[in-house]
Amino acid sequence: MFGRLTWDAFPVHDPIPLFAAGFVLLVLAGVLLLVTVKGWWPTLWRDWITSVDHKRVGVMYVLLALVMLVRGFIDALMMRSQLALAAGHAPGYLPPAHYDQIFSAHGTIMIFFVGMTFMVGLMNFAVPLQIGARDVAFPVLNSVSFWLTAAGVLLVNVSLVVGEFARTGWLAYPPLSELAFSPGVGVDYYLWALQISGVGTLLSGINLTTTILKMRTPGMGYSRMPIFTWTALASNLLIIAAFPILTATLGMLLLDRYLGFHFFTNEAGGNAMMYVNLIWAWGHPEVYILILPAFGIFSEVIATFSGKPLFGYRSMAIATMAICMLSFMVWLHHFFTMGAGADVNGFFGIATTIIAVPTGVKIFNWLFTLYGGTLRFETPLLWAIGFIVTFVVGGASGVLLAIPPADFQLHNSLFLVAHFHNVIIGGVVFGAFAGYTYWFPKAFGFRLHDGLGKAVFWCWFIGFWLAFLPLYALGLMGATRRMQHYPETGWQPFMVVALVGALVILAGIVLTGVQLVVSVRARERLRDANGDPWDGRTLEWATRSPPPAWNFGVLPQVSGLDEFWEAKRCNGGALVAARGEGARPLQVPRPSALGVVLAFFAFVAGFALVWHILWLAGLALSCIVVACLLRAWQTEHEVELNAADIAGRDGARP
Amino acid sequence: MPSVSVDIREPHEDSALQTPAWQHGVLDPQGPIAAAERTILLNATVIMLAVVVPVILMTLAFAWWFRAGNKWARRLPEWAWSGPVEVTVWAIPTLVVLFLGGIAWIGAHDLDPARPLASKAAPLEVQVVSLDWKWLFIYPAQGVASVNRLVVPAGTPLRLQLTSASVMNSFFVPQLGSQIYTMPGMTTTLHLQADRPGSYAGLSAQFSGDGFSDMRFDAVALPAAAFAQWLASARADPDTLDAPAYTALARPGVAASAATFGHVAPGMFKAILATSVKQATPAPSMAME
Repeated sequence: MFGRLTWDAFPVHDPIPLFAAGFVLLVLAGVLLLVTVKGWWPTLWRDWITSVDHKRVGVMYVLLALVMLVRGFIDALMMRSQLALAAGHAPGYLPPAHYDQIFSAHGTIMIFFVGMTFMVGLMNFAVPLQIGARDVAFPVLNSVSFWLTAAGVLLVNVSLVVGEFARTGWLAYPPLSELAFSPGVGVDYYLWALQISGVGTLLSGINLTTTILKMRTPGMGYSRMPIFTWTALASNLLIIAAFPILTATLGMLLLDRYLGFHFFTNEAGGNAMMYVNLIWAWGHPEVYILILPAFGIFSEVIATFSGKPLFGYRSMAIATMAICMLSFMVWLHHFFTMGAGADVNGFFGIATTIIAVPTGVKIFNWLFTLYGGTLRFETPLLWAIGFIVTFVVGGASGVLLAIPPADFQLHNSLFLVAHFHNVIIGGVVFGAFAGYTYWFPKAFGFRLHDGLGKAVFWCWFIGFWLAFLPLYALGLMGATRRMQHYPETGWQPFMVVALVGALVILAGIVLTGVQLVVSVRARERLRDANGDPWDGRTLEWATRSPPPAWNFGVLPQVSGLDEFWEAKRCNGGALVAARGEGARPLQVPRPSALGVVLAFFAFVAGFALVWHILWLAGLALSCIVVACLLRAWQTEHEVELNAADIAGRDGARP
Repeated sequence: MPSVSVDIREPHEDSALQTPAWQHGVLDPQGPIAAAERTILLNATVIMLAVVVPVILMTLAFAWWFRAGNKWARRLPEWAWSGPVEVTVWAIPTLVVLFLGGIAWIGAHDLDPARPLASKAAPLEVQVVSLDWKWLFIYPAQGVASVNRLVVPAGTPLRLQLTSASVMNSFFVPQLGSQIYTMPGMTTTLHLQADRPGSYAGLSAQFSGDGFSDMRFDAVALPAAAFAQWLASARADPDTLDAPAYTALARPGVAASAATFGHVAPGMFKAILATSVKQATPAPSMAME
């Protein structure tokens, strides 16, 4: 009846997950109670859960990412405190079986459900506004993408309470992740969570790429696209090219584990190195999927707060696409130490260092955007400058690791851990927070509290360096990653400093919550009255804040880069309407429950497959098919709005 | 389900653990490979710092000088393109990368793990097997084997042939240089040398399961005479590494202390390579040799 699911799967004897689960359930119950008491269910259902508006979907992505940031960060704190304690003969407080799940979950969550989710959310929110579109190309599919990501998130979190998570590291290298060495359900949770959310990500990539290619407002040629849209295009092209590899690779591992195949097993001709090659053929583009949109955000922020156009726009666009292409040619640098031979290692070493060229060009162009500007030190600019200072160091340590003989010494060391946190925190997280602060007033109609925003920045900036400089040093001393304890007591002081750094970052995360509460309470004082709080340059700032569901009542005609900036300079910010606009009624998509319904059954199917409850998996998969068929037979997908509706609800701006 | 009893290891008597932390990492090389790698590490770092430090200083200087409140700053609100600047910003990283790419290519060949070291002395062959969660070192010519202790003569090149009996691991002695993966059904080759007598900490650098953190071993380099003495005493050990002894050793768990086998059944390494793939399929050759 319940497959392999028994009472043993629940951690009744393990205080940490039990406490965590109790706390999460309590918070969840509190939220549900609040929503019920306040009578918010109808609004929540109609305006958020079933919404297909790209802005609301984007906001939900970002919210999900922030929640998962807390989860992933708690994992980080547990690891840092374990390592601060477990020197010499001390075993620390986390046994290996638990510790191994924590670092696996930390990596998986931070990459897939914080980094990806945050960036996809920001792209969803800002890209259609920047290109003068009324929504994404496939609004319902967008909602499906989001909810599939949420289903993956739920599955990962359920593993905390029911069963266990993978103990293999975030990439689950076989043969360790094969049944012979990981017979538990942990790897299955990992695989199904990533398969479900991976489909969501791929659909989102197709959606945004189509949107950028096909739905730009009249006059917006490729050379007039805002640079964030360029980076979003590159990132989503990478998603389309790379995520099918991930799905196929994890699919093969699933076949090994469920149906006795031998793709990556030790026996019967399986080859684990095939998995390592394939997973990095996805994995390396993945880091550029994360960082390219962040580059775009910094470009927008630096130009806006310098009061200058972005320096070298064409160079920036070329550099972005160059990184996009090169990112597929470097995957082997993740395993120089597997004995590939000098020619292969040399080739991939050079290919990797070449990526530093377009990246370096970007850094210099940001520098020259600052030069001659009139810099307003609002929070987003602080993140951008903190990023340049931090990221160049991470980039340099990355180039170091790209030189095979240096990598032979530093591969898998804490130096490597420090390197990728240096680029992911200094690049992706800083970029995410810059974008969050920058577009928040557009999404909600009021700014975030500036002082608290700056405090958050300083906590992350100082905390990052405190936490990861010691790791660079430890890596050079020979400390490797994923250790649960170590005999060298000389390493302990460095580990303690790293823990202190993590605690400073914790303060930043807490302050993010405080900032949100304070800003909501002071929203009248922080009100963004005219929709353009930062003196922006691109089209999103030409709408009111928050924009109406259809973004632009009248689509603008674009005649240059930074169209809104030119409009403000020449005719008081009024955009020129595209030809024929305003005559036709608008079509606005209706809310759809398809996304949340599909995701619910996908979650049930995933959970059932993890525990081998085959009837339930079959039932859930049939429900998915039925839901899609029902949707296909629906004919009324849109609401029509005439000019009077729009004029009444669109405010003064076009 | 492999389970591991997490017993705390015997106290380390090695001097390495008492010296300051800096003195036994990759910056304190004790062999030619590690020394050459440190040189590359430091050279590449200096080359990059020559660009990185000015960039950081320029960022901070520009940010401070062009702050909105500075009435001395000359504003260029329309300045968004300059041919000479564009050429320069493409040229600087390109030149740096040309330089570093050269280092990468030459380094990858000079320090290829499979490349024998230039030396008058004949290399000592050692076969390395990673097990759950311990290291087995077989000396095929000498007919002895050792667990969690790699004893070698100082100043003599080592030729290591590595494989794994279970999952992937990475053999790494930071002070001797280059790590390399051990993978079931495949062999990798690594050449190292310890220049001076001493005890150097070794570990697995690739996560391999619950007992991973205890996969520590000591690489002990001895003067020629002392090594001969060690060999003699090892040969006197009554234990034989044959199929039953290997099966017992391969059982998942952490080795409580180092052990030696005075005799090794012939063809042990080949047999391990074959058993880790269980069936008689040829080992994949992708990354090998």
